[in-house]
Amino acid sequence: MKLMWFHLMPYTELPDDFREKHPSVWVDIHSSLFDPRRAHHMYNDFMDELEFAAECGFDAVCVNEHHSNGYGLMPSPNLIASALARRTSDTALCVMGNSLALYNPPTRVAEEFAMIDVISGGRLIAGFPVGTPMDTCFAFGQNPSTLRDRYYEAHDLVLRAWTETNTFAFNGRFNQQRYVNIWPRPVQKPHPPIWIPGGGSIETWRWCAEMDHVYAYLSYFGYQAGQATMDGFWAEMDRLGKDRNPYRAGFLQFVGIAESREEAYRLYREPAEYFYGRCLHVDPRFANAPGYTSEATQRAGVVGQVAQVARMRRFDTLAREMDAIVEKGYVIIGSPDEVAAQLREVAVNLNVGHLMMLLQFGNMGKELAKYNTKLFAEKVMPQLTDLFSEWEDRWWPQPMDRDARASLTPFQPAAMAAE
Amino acid sequence: MASELETFSVDINGFSSRVWKKGVGPPLGFLAGFGGLPRWIPFLDVLARERTVIVPSLPGFPGGARGHTVLDSHLDWVLAVRHLLQKAGLDGADLAGSSVGASFAAETTAIWPGSVRRLVLIAPWGLFDEKEPMTDPWAQRAPEVPALLCADPERWNQLKAEPEGANSPEWPIEQTRANEAAARAFWPLGNTRLEKRLPLIAAPTLLIWGAEDRIMPRSYADRFAAAIAGEARITTIAGAGHLAELDKPDEIASAILRWIKEGS
Repeated sequence: MKLMWFHLMPYTELPDDFREKHPSVWVDIHSSLFDPRRAHHMYNDFMDELEFAAECGFDAVCVNEHHSNGYGLMPSPNLIASALARRTSDTALCVMGNSLALYNPPTRVAEEFAMIDVISGGRLIAGFPVGTPMDTCFAFGQNPSTLRDRYYEAHDLVLRAWTETNTFAFNGRFNQQRYVNIWPRPVQKPHPPIWIPGGGSIETWRWCAEMDHVYAYLSYFGYQAGQATMDGFWAEMDRLGKDRNPYRAGFLQFVGIAESREEAYRLYREPAEYFYGRCLHVDPRFANAPGYTSEATQRAGVVGQVAQVARMRRFDTLAREMDAIVEKGYVIIGSPDEVAAQLREVAVNLNVGHLMMLLQFGNMGKELAKYNTKLFAEKVMPQLTDLFSEWEDRWWPQPMDRDARASLTPFQPAAMAAE
Repeated sequence: MASELETFSVDINGFSSRVWKKGVGPPLGFLAGFGGLPRWIPFLDVLARERTVIVPSLPGFPGGARGHTVLDSHLDWVLAVRHLLQKAGLDGADLAGSSVGASFAAETTAIWPGSVRRLVLIAPWGLFDEKEPMTDPWAQRAPEVPALLCADPERWNQLKAEPEGANSPEWPIEQTRANEAAARAFWPLGNTRLEKRLPLIAAPTLLIWGAEDRIMPRSYADRFAAAIAGEARITTIAGAGHLAELDKPDEIASAILRWIKEGS
């Protein structure tokens, strides 16, 4: 199976009384809480952590896109991915992803992803989320009623831009371009693998199956809450006559490892409580926008992640204290053997071949994040990699041969170079 | 003696729109505001005592099916409303609108001179003033919505309450659809740049504002009145909110009837 290292890049210094004093971590979070000089260190720590994960042997490093968000400092994950392309050699770069409908024209996404694919020698996984209501409708002002149709059209445009050999005119409902002809073109043929981070809507599952894209369920609520969604996904694949290849799916899981479970509880308590207490504090007025959720999905009773949090809050079921966070499975903690056994069970039960691990979360500092990452790589990873070896991962990047790729120039600070 | 309520539907771009018709005398159209009309309201009965009141549903509003989903531009919207008014038998008639509906009533009056005889706009959408922004009607916590739209929140609750025994997911979906339809035309600021077209309105226009409107600032009434080419008068109704016709049905209906009679 594939083990991937995911970073949300949370701002790590939200105040202790954030939940009492501020209405929302997202959309209208106050600028006075953002200290650029502190964020300078956060970004550099986070990028160190991603590079460290690549060195440790994770199959991929993952970044994602959020706007006006106190727990996601990557309005443009492409910037981070391009820096990682220059500081990693064999690790896949999973950009999870670019919200297609936000870019005008969407060929911008085709271009930037092609750049990352070319710079990295074909290591890109191209993620295409619709984007949350907070990101798309509120922070970016996109119309919720046309968002999905724009998204699907942009997806078709990007695919054509990557695959058609001649300059073509695109006569879409929302996009018209006389001359579509992107330079550069992606290394991977016919195009980089496409992964779709989605919620639990049947329409998304069907579309992923039809397009042969990976469906990734990026939940913050762990394997217990994710079971029903993944069961629904596989039931739908059965109905559509698709095989149960676990590499059709991806799943996100928070993990904290130490020498013992007690030690893990002690070490990861603060960052976990920071994440579930402060980072998920979103004003319910931004949880949904009319038209964002399709009527079919409304009929099926499926709600988005932040709307879900709003409901949990109303019924007081959102866990914010470590005991409940662990009990509900939001975060898996334990010794390496305990975590390996549990993750194996999760992967098998959910039938997920791409596990995206959140090993830095909340206000976790670099040293602890690296400790967690190293323990995972040395003691957990070897216990899991054999899983699903009978299946072929048709959705993994196909880079250029190592010999054919550029060798990376070691970084030398200017002062040292001058000596 | 008012006639019985008649309900029929007209086809707009392949989607049906419900039309209500009731009353006696010359026709008077009414285009509903934010949220639409999931049920008949007392305000329409008052109008029907003296006029044949005709109420077509805007695309996507309750009774208006999913007609909004094919309207991609503002031109699509105003053409759909124009056809709706024609098919409902309102071409050349007096026309009143509220909130979202008022904005489209203003558009059709501006773009098709002569299509509306006398015009009444209750707190119309379509303008935006950075110094005094319109309240965001969509980014709201559900329990706070009723008091934003009506001076008496119970009026909104009564309008939107699911009929007893209905127990169907369709009712809430229909209410969300109405909010989506308004969003499709007005997201994110409510600004359709209607201000550019107001000078084309030659029809005499009455602007009605609820004194307790918590969505559209009162200053917008002055901007409408100043920009409209024809005669424009403003009347403010005490005790009424944004959807003034829900809060004060008798006062609003009387003001409308007085205004259209002035021109007879």
